[in-house]
Amino acid sequence: MKQAINNEILKIKKMKKYFHIGKDKKGPIYVRAVDGVDINIKYGETLGLVGESGSGKSTIAYTVVGMYPPTSGQIMFKGKNIGIKASRRSLSLKKEIQIVFQDPGSSLNPRQTIEQILALPFRIHTTIPRRQFREKMVELLEKVELSPDYLYKSPPSIGGGEKQMVAIARAMAPNPSLIILDEPTSALDVSVQAKVINKLIDLQKEINLTYLFITHDLSLMRNVADRIAIMYLGKICEAAESVTFFEKPLHPYTQMLISSVPVITKEEENLKPKKVISTGEIPSPVNIPPGCSFHLRCPYKIPICSKIDPKMIEFSPGHFVRCHLFIKPENKK
Amino acid sequence: MKTEENILLNIKDLHVWYRVYGGYLKVLNGVHLMVREGERVGLVGEAGCGKTTTMKSILQILPPGDFHIPQGQIFYKGQDVLKMSFKELQRLRSREIAMIFQDPTAALNPVFTIGTQIGDVIKYSSAFEENEHKETIKEQSIKALKEVYLPDPERMLINYPLQLSGGMRQRVCIAIAISSSSNLVIADEPGTSLDVTIQDQIHRLLNELVEKRNTAIILITHSLAVAREMTDRIYVMYAGMIVETATPELLFKNPVHPYTKGLLASVPKISGGGIAKGIPGKLPSYLNPPSGCRFRLRCEQERPICSEKPPQLFEIEKDHLVACYLT
Repeated sequence: MKQAINNEILKIKKMKKYFHIGKDKKGPIYVRAVDGVDINIKYGETLGLVGESGSGKSTIAYTVVGMYPPTSGQIMFKGKNIGIKASRRSLSLKKEIQIVFQDPGSSLNPRQTIEQILALPFRIHTTIPRRQFREKMVELLEKVELSPDYLYKSPPSIGGGEKQMVAIARAMAPNPSLIILDEPTSALDVSVQAKVINKLIDLQKEINLTYLFITHDLSLMRNVADRIAIMYLGKICEAAESVTFFEKPLHPYTQMLISSVPVITKEEENLKPKKVISTGEIPSPVNIPPGCSFHLRCPYKIPICSKIDPKMIEFSPGHFVRCHLFIKPENKK
Repeated sequence: MKTEENILLNIKDLHVWYRVYGGYLKVLNGVHLMVREGERVGLVGEAGCGKTTTMKSILQILPPGDFHIPQGQIFYKGQDVLKMSFKELQRLRSREIAMIFQDPTAALNPVFTIGTQIGDVIKYSSAFEENEHKETIKEQSIKALKEVYLPDPERMLINYPLQLSGGMRQRVCIAIAISSSSNLVIADEPGTSLDVTIQDQIHRLLNELVEKRNTAIILITHSLAVAREMTDRIYVMYAGMIVETATPELLFKNPVHPYTKGLLASVPKISGGGIAKGIPGKLPSYLNPPSGCRFRLRCEQERPICSEKPPQLFEIEKDHLVACYLT
């Protein structure tokens, strides 16, 4: 992760986000949603962020967009720190970072027409005169393969895949450089998902977009992301290029995840690590276990795991892992 | 379809329509489905293809007054469910067929404890004799919760559903389903709302219980991969019709129906290789479905005969039936 700074579009350094939820005799209680995360995204890259629900993937997304400021740490976007409240961000910065939400049914206003929905980003972020809006909107719809008559439809009257296409068009409208995709296809069927994903990949090639792609679907991630980071309880436990990631998963949690994925071919079955059987559930982020947060479910647990939280190490070039099992040989050398 | 002694459930040419303002939604259009005793059957299809309607018509829990069944039969152990009296239906629901729903949060009542909910099921099911005591109900509830590997089952009985996590709630639902010692379990996407690791656990648990009790199971899912790992036979459904049925090995080795092929190609693989284009178009409107084969508008190999009448299931090899004129 120590690459030249100039080719990185987003650099998250030791970001923490705690949510205050109440008080106790010992003091305030926090949900430690994100607990010290480092992420670097290069220009034109797709970074996949994978994790179970409650692991803090969406919190990262929302913090980058500016829905809330981080508790500590830095978010550098194109060399500038953007770890501030959205209300204090400049309009030009907001234009650069756009987001597509999971459920298009609730992220598009059902009482507006698609025309009204798509007009808003133009009104706010561009200086295009109003009479050219229609032309621009038709252009946008063409980009996502919808016909111009969709302008006069409203979200409830169109299908789920089409709704998500409109949401993508809306995110594309201000011509951003980073788009955060928060589980964009998890509400869709596989045949529709294939269409949406292909469109996203095409658009990325066309205008050199950068994606932060959040999902819990590993097999989708394999085909979309250039690099993958796995999150567990607010921390990243493994990050690698997507090919090495599936061929040589290191962290026990990653192995558990990959072995849990249902697959459709023999070839894929051979890729799955056999030994790790998933047990237990993700603990609450209020009471994070001491030491390595995964040790309660880990099949390869050693005594040190319940005491000391492991540090992130670079196991092989570009392959980072945070586990005691891999620290030892490093020290011996 | 073959006639065999041990057929548990046999659905023949089922049509279900829903009454709406503009007429009838012709949702199911001739569904054939058969489950043998102790068999694991998968029903795969996309959202809105009628999977849940099929299952609800087996139990006759369709919205009352809004549906119409113009033709078709559902035989359960040789008895037609559609002609059953209310009492017989109640017996069917309580003692013969159990159901696990997709969303365990919505399936459990938030204002009753787990103990009350599981106790009620045991009380009205075959596992409980009338003259037994409350203590027996408690014992049996604990036994059921132990079987699904819930930690500390005694304490679990006084917990409310919202005190448990999603995976634990689904385990409670499974415990409720198995505690009635039914012969058929209908699992409607039991792992969809859960994380992959938890989903894997739930699926393994279901498999184990089904094998131990020799219960038949119908697993409704939208994921071909899940069906492949969980079932003995897969039915692929599209727009209210069964388009293909085969054992997982045959289906994945040699898919015949264009829809199955498209669906298989759309599934992203962990071995990489990109994602196919998907299937063009979308589900037809049920208000005015296309004549003949309902897939023909999205099919790349449409022929004149396709619009004339719906294709019937046709056996192309042993255990492999396809409803398509191309074969």
